[in-house]
Amino acid sequence: MNLSPIIIASGGANLASLQFALERLGVIAPVTESATQIKAASHVLLPGVGTAQDAMTRLHAAGLVDVIRKLKQPVLGICLGLQLLYSGSDENDAECIGIIPGQAYRFPQSAKLPVPQMGWNALKRIADSPLIAGIEDGDYAYFIHSYALPQGTYTYATSEYGNIFSAVVQQDNFFATQFHPERSARVGARVLSNFLSI
Amino acid sequence: MGDIIELSSRYRDEGADEVVFYDITASPDGRTVDRSWVNRVAAVLDIPFCVAGGIRTLTDAESVLNLGADKISINTPALEHPELIEELASRFGSQCVVVGIDSKAEHEDYMVYQYTGDPDRSRSTQRRTLDWIKEVQDRGAGEIVLNCMNQDGVRKGYDLVQLTQVRNICQVPLVASGGAGEMSHFKDVFQKALVDGALAATVFHSAAIYIPALKEYLIEAAIVMRPPNNLGVKPNEYNYRAT
Repeated sequence: MNLSPIIIASGGANLASLQFALERLGVIAPVTESATQIKAASHVLLPGVGTAQDAMTRLHAAGLVDVIRKLKQPVLGICLGLQLLYSGSDENDAECIGIIPGQAYRFPQSAKLPVPQMGWNALKRIADSPLIAGIEDGDYAYFIHSYALPQGTYTYATSEYGNIFSAVVQQDNFFATQFHPERSARVGARVLSNFLSI
Repeated sequence: MGDIIELSSRYRDEGADEVVFYDITASPDGRTVDRSWVNRVAAVLDIPFCVAGGIRTLTDAESVLNLGADKISINTPALEHPELIEELASRFGSQCVVVGIDSKAEHEDYMVYQYTGDPDRSRSTQRRTLDWIKEVQDRGAGEIVLNCMNQDGVRKGYDLVQLTQVRNICQVPLVASGGAGEMSHFKDVFQKALVDGALAATVFHSAAIYIPALKEYLIEAAIVMRPPNNLGVKPNEYNYRAT
């Protein structure tokens, strides 16, 4: 199999952990803002930390929003990258890429339910997606986020933090996880390797 | 340096949920330190990890995060320059920014201590711990690690009274530190102080407490957490080698 995955430079400092996770699977994934390189990749990863607004500003400046919308190869949004695939986010009323209809909301914050949700949480499968092949109900993944998408038509797995939210989504060739597969031990490695075999 | 990689791998395989590295080599006088170890740790760890110690500026934080750390933890620099918390949160997001607090019971209250790494310099800041907890949240801290100094090193259990008071006003993840000596201490701190995480060093390093056994014990006590056997399929069973 000839793989040439790339990681979109969507802002935020921490892309090394994702690169290392892919390296542990034997794959080198460069980080790029180049539309040409992104279009030519076998697999495209869209990570993101920080705010939806900052990431969208960065993607617009690099002329990548329309490029991403038109991608036909498998795309994997991670954490904020999942939220970016949706219509928008309540975080500063950001308008996002708009591939999947829906709006990210902020978790209600209290001492009983601290925000950000930062920790391991169990997954529940809703429907089959090649991204979660071999992942079972009750498998744990690592989450670190303040915003989330409610469960909807494109939800393939959920998790619960106060409310049920989307943990894994898919719309055609666009896949995304709200958790960090690169920091979710072997469950995460399985998700990444599933993605690379799509 | 081999030790740190070995230890990281061991905790990864035992099912630790996160690893915190206290970089005690980070110099207090601000000279450049070699942090290449962070990169080597990031290569082997597939769980989140945090680096504490010697992070005083946005540049320090950026270099540690670029090397692959998920979070940075600041303690004394936050006390000296509280606005550093805002700067870090707005640049990297609150989720990366952990504030460590050393707290000690004093005059029927809890006070924040600083320079605790050095017994000769360790002193009270005259800041009330509960006030500082509120302030660091307002400034954008995404997590608080509360080290209860009265308990630290004593292994008689976490400071449940103090942690409960802090929990009541803490709306970001709260991690308990200081005092773990036996498995029941972890159960108590999760059930009674409702913390989000419990940090320990000595009992794990010395193998006095074995993490998989601890997690089984806690799950048995109905504390929700990632089971020790929930590691999934080994990555090397599906190795994609780009050709």
